[in-house]
Amino acid sequence: MAGIKVFGHPASAPTMRVLLALHEKNLDFEFVHVDLMGGEHKKEAFLARNPFGQVPAFEDGDLKLFESRAITQYIAHRYEGQGTNLLPADSKNIAQYSIMAIGMQVEAHQFEPVASKLVSEQVFKLKKGLTTDQAVVAEEEAKLAKVLDVYEARLKEFKYLAGDTFTLTDLHHIPTIKYLLGTPTKKLFTERPRVSEWVAEITKRPASQKILQ
Amino acid sequence: MKLHCGLTAENLAAKFGLHEKGLDFEVVFVDWVAGESKTKAFLANFNPFGQVPVLEDGDLKLFESKAITRYLAEQYRDVGTDLLPNDPKERAIMSMWMEINTNQFHPFASTLIRELIIKPYQGLATDFTSVQESEMKLSEVLNIYEARLGEFPYLAGESFSLADLHHLPPIHYMLRMEEEGVKDLIYSRPNITAWVEKMKSRPAWLKTVVKGDHIFELTKQRRLPIQFDASCHELTSVAQTTTMVTGNN
Repeated sequence: MAGIKVFGHPASAPTMRVLLALHEKNLDFEFVHVDLMGGEHKKEAFLARNPFGQVPAFEDGDLKLFESRAITQYIAHRYEGQGTNLLPADSKNIAQYSIMAIGMQVEAHQFEPVASKLVSEQVFKLKKGLTTDQAVVAEEEAKLAKVLDVYEARLKEFKYLAGDTFTLTDLHHIPTIKYLLGTPTKKLFTERPRVSEWVAEITKRPASQKILQ
Repeated sequence: MKLHCGLTAENLAAKFGLHEKGLDFEVVFVDWVAGESKTKAFLANFNPFGQVPVLEDGDLKLFESKAITRYLAEQYRDVGTDLLPNDPKERAIMSMWMEINTNQFHPFASTLIRELIIKPYQGLATDFTSVQESEMKLSEVLNIYEARLGEFPYLAGESFSLADLHHLPPIHYMLRMEEEGVKDLIYSRPNITAWVEKMKSRPAWLKTVVKGDHIFELTKQRRLPIQFDASCHELTSVAQTTTMVTGNN
């Protein structure tokens, strides 16, 4: 436990994924701030931790990892007995595990590429003094709406995306959803009743509250 | 077991996984160009996102190639090749390289495949600017792979795993492209080349591609446009405008 370090930035969605997993598990860790504005993530010391030059990077004792979803999976397995269970209720049930795995792939392939473009246009560009391209927003919102229609149908059958318990699949969505709730895109979530309930559930969790200031 | 599949790299990855496990399966070809994966029945029964591959094992239906191969690796742990490292730390490293495949490698490799194989197959024009950009970005990514494969024979360490498996299909397509620059991305890097050559000689891979290369035959057959592409229309309207302005007819 004492050996966990996260190298990241509090505003980075991937960094937040890792912090969420650590908080859900009540694990002690050291947070090392990486100065993204100053380009620290592209300098040699950080590149030694992640040659792709992206936050977060992670250490647990002598294990060094990067890629937020690999880190959260490691945490979920390594600390399986502690804090919140982030794997399916019966983690030895391979079919159940595989359904969670589908959800994690869907988040990475269908949800995140579209959602992060919307965050980039409506949040990060403004911080850099650039203007939002509304045509891009409209295009990406149309794609996100289709994904959320699938989620709405899924969540009518199950309380959470992988089944009846909160898992990594739900957790991976939280940081980007947090950003989108502060933009007009919020309507895509609120106009779908089950999605809206799910968003409320996952963002009110104590771990989520800790990082979603 | 049934595999509903098309012709893209993700479909080859699922087949590769099945063959590594030595499992028998029935192939159901889904013609995505004809929209077969977007029918109401397909969306309702197999994959609401309208994509292949989809694996049916008894009552279980799975989509997303990395979820499918993960399932095969776990469920059929005791047969065929072991695709998951035993050591939890090595397994975490394998997960990391699966993520690197998804987030760093796939965006550029899939652009190349879309522009240089799929679009010609559909009779659409290639965007060569996009191809050049993807080549440049993929080159930077592959420098990192080259360094990694200089330290270990496979991405997760000493043994072949799911992380390596998911790279071979897109690389296989890249090496079949006519663009020299794309093939060079692989062949100019000795460690990556050695890794690719080792994997290509795996019996499971040989079984995977023995029938899988027919996409290239189909591409040749479909070279005639099945719809007018944008450039035809633009040339026509420019010609008309020029004619009107200069008075030529």
